[in-house]
Amino acid sequence: MQGLSHLDDLEAESIQILREVFACFRRPVMLYSIGKDSTVLLHLLRKASRPARPPLPLLHVDTTWKFREMIAFRDRVAAEGDVQMLVHINQDGVRQGISPLTHGAAVHTDVMKTQALKQALDKYGFDAAIGGARRDEEKSRAKERVFSFRSAQHRWDPKQQRPELWQAWNTRIREGESVRVFPLSNWTELDVWEYIRREKIEVVPLYFAEARPVVMRDGALIMVDDARFVLREGERIEQRRVRFRTLGCYPLTGAIESQADTLDAIIEEMRASRSSERQGRIIDHDGASSMEKKKQEGYF
Amino acid sequence: MAAGMLRFITCGSVDDGKSTLLGRLLYDAGMLADDQLDALRRDSRKRGGEALDFALVTDGLDAEREQGITIDVAWRYFHTARRNFIVGDCPGHEQYTRNMATGASQVDLAVVLVDARKGLLPQTRRHTYICALLGIRRVILAVNKMDLVGLDADVYASIVEPYRALAASMGIEAVNALPVVAPDGDNVGLRSGRMPWYRGPSLIELLETLDAEAAAPPHFRLPVQWVNRPDQHFRGYAGTVCGGRVAIGDEVLVLPGGQSARVERIVGPSEDLTEANSGQAVTLCLDRELDISRGDVIAAAAQPAPVADQFGCHLVWFGDAPLLPNRSYLLRLGTATVNARVTAIKHKVDVNTQAPLAARRLELNEVGYCNIDLDRPIAFERYADNRTLGGFILIDRQSNATVACGMLDFALHRAANIHWQHTDVDKATRALAKGQHPLCLWFTGLSGAGKSTIANLVERRLAAQGYHTYLLDGDNLRLGLNVDLGFTAEARVENVRRVAEVAQLMVDAGLVVLVCVISPFAGERDFARRRFAEGEFVEVFVDTPLAECEQRDPKGLYAKARAGQISNFTGIDSPYERPVAPELHLHAEGQRAEQLAEQVLGYLQGRLG
Repeated sequence: MQGLSHLDDLEAESIQILREVFACFRRPVMLYSIGKDSTVLLHLLRKASRPARPPLPLLHVDTTWKFREMIAFRDRVAAEGDVQMLVHINQDGVRQGISPLTHGAAVHTDVMKTQALKQALDKYGFDAAIGGARRDEEKSRAKERVFSFRSAQHRWDPKQQRPELWQAWNTRIREGESVRVFPLSNWTELDVWEYIRREKIEVVPLYFAEARPVVMRDGALIMVDDARFVLREGERIEQRRVRFRTLGCYPLTGAIESQADTLDAIIEEMRASRSSERQGRIIDHDGASSMEKKKQEGYF
Repeated sequence: MAAGMLRFITCGSVDDGKSTLLGRLLYDAGMLADDQLDALRRDSRKRGGEALDFALVTDGLDAEREQGITIDVAWRYFHTARRNFIVGDCPGHEQYTRNMATGASQVDLAVVLVDARKGLLPQTRRHTYICALLGIRRVILAVNKMDLVGLDADVYASIVEPYRALAASMGIEAVNALPVVAPDGDNVGLRSGRMPWYRGPSLIELLETLDAEAAAPPHFRLPVQWVNRPDQHFRGYAGTVCGGRVAIGDEVLVLPGGQSARVERIVGPSEDLTEANSGQAVTLCLDRELDISRGDVIAAAAQPAPVADQFGCHLVWFGDAPLLPNRSYLLRLGTATVNARVTAIKHKVDVNTQAPLAARRLELNEVGYCNIDLDRPIAFERYADNRTLGGFILIDRQSNATVACGMLDFALHRAANIHWQHTDVDKATRALAKGQHPLCLWFTGLSGAGKSTIANLVERRLAAQGYHTYLLDGDNLRLGLNVDLGFTAEARVENVRRVAEVAQLMVDAGLVVLVCVISPFAGERDFARRRFAEGEFVEVFVDTPLAECEQRDPKGLYAKARAGQISNFTGIDSPYERPVAPELHLHAEGQRAEQLAEQVLGYLQGRLG
């Protein structure tokens, strides 16, 4: 688009996608994960509906294992009052005592995240769920649609996805079916940070380097965020200057050692970086195609 | 970083080394992170090679990796110090024409790959044609595998020169060509020292510097996407400007209605604006209250967009089921969604030779030139002038699948010269004279299900009660009005369309109409329903099991169909799509026709006035 910077171009495209959701769905929701992508998405949501308030609620699927600073940040966002914040926890999982420490990443993610999300979508009858996934995050996402069709069982079938031409999206669904919508499809991680800097958007402090208590476990630096974290033999807590590139459940999220404590420094570090974003995500590591399988099962 | 972003696609097949070129491009741009390189080394070794297999960088889904082919458009992101790029990796085989069209619709530039050993192939023509059809005006021709032809300048020239002529004949305005060896990186990131006869830039240098972006359409257009009306104090029309610019105070027209107004306020993403340009997502407030909804187009008053309901257009067919003329589809153009029928397939296009061919239907991945007819007028532009207001998709009404994309060429003026003649005596007057509420009873079901028998009984009883009725029987109509139609899927669609139109005229005349046609396709029954006002169309599903119909076989047709003497017989070798929510569902198994007729009469109780 002429005369627009590439961030303006991406911003306009995302707003157009969000407005399509406002216009075409009966009961849309935005999935809010508290991280930088969700934060940018919320910022865009507010822009898309200006001067009105966002015409849809946010939904946070709380696994009960998020960093404490994330929950505090979420509650501050909710207190701003212009959007409704729904929080859903899989109570079955809580009763079973599902924990990433004892059940492992795969079971925990399935029960507290994938199953929990499906429960919430069914409970509220949402027909469109907006998420912050980007195509540059992972191989299997490179072919994801902006409007990604899900069956009544929330399943993603690569063969059922609709070709997307121009901005002529096909948003038609039948009763019980739904779509996942990805307004940040064409953004890269760097775009997200440059936009956060340009728009002066507040993000969770965990993205900035600071001395934090961490343990080296299975090759990853895990932050000890509360008393539930039990040390294994030989492990010891040390203070290191670290930050996070992505945020999830604290026992499953690896920190990186970094001195970057400002947005400029983060962006500088990223330009020089030699590792990809999802490296810190422990759930991705069971095989190169694991994300594709999770998607078919209903993981975002 | 330079302003702006370049979106492009790569076209070619696996054999041309397309995935390898793309992987190499990302590698040379420094976009492969250490952990991705580690994975690449691991995967390359698994495939039995020591050298990095760059094709593995871009292959995505499991199914594709196993089959070794690329079956869907994959989008990749990279940047250099000078520009940001979004690249769509488009599959090359003929059966993936739809994917190439999808990719091409999002970009302004294509990199077409040719294997130097093979030269220009039918697929090269096909790729270039699809790009041109979707409006791409600039192509980079990458002649790959130059090492396998001895890095020979003459071989290169013998490919590039005819390609330029080919591209120009299809409407491609500019071609940049270059010789490459993708796995080794010659002329990908850096200029190659091995081909001194080529003095041009490398691929990355070209991509960084080309001005590929098509000029924005000149006149102001904003398709209304969403009406933002939080309370009675604010009413704004949100949308993305797809042409020209608009400023506060400008006079605009709202199309297709044609009401005029002035722009009072422009709400931008962060603050109010004094003007908005092409590509910006804004919200307009007008100086007077108008009835504007999603799908309308706000346009410059001095240069309004044309409005029409019949068009000539190119279609690329995506559906698994073929395009049938006269079947009703949903058409989405800009933000408008309307009902549409393809009234004629003028010809289809051989995608490899671009020769026009006669066609009665379009199959998956075929391209055709068609006439299309909408149920109401819309504002539009020629696709060549404005992609947003000239490009559309067709959606199947039953499955909601996207079954085609289309590019509007020009409006047909047949309809423009025929206007609905107003008459003073209307349906209500005619119905009043007859003392009844007219309606249409639409009996659908298999041949031999009992439709005509039941309808006949119903009509006798209604006539006896003094109602004015008419029974339209499918078989009888095929002896007259529809004598020219056979039993192919296309002919069945047209048969039902004509019956529906006649039935609608009769209801308009004030009659109670009983229609008996197999009408096997949900799409056509739905078309028939939409010819009528709410409550005027009563779908009666005569649900008799196939076995029972076949056993009755009143006309001996099932026997003939089983013997192969007649083809396209519903229930045998042609499908019957069962109604999902008919007004009346007659479970006919083991019931006498009189009992079923009673059910129909019971339903009509109190509905005929």
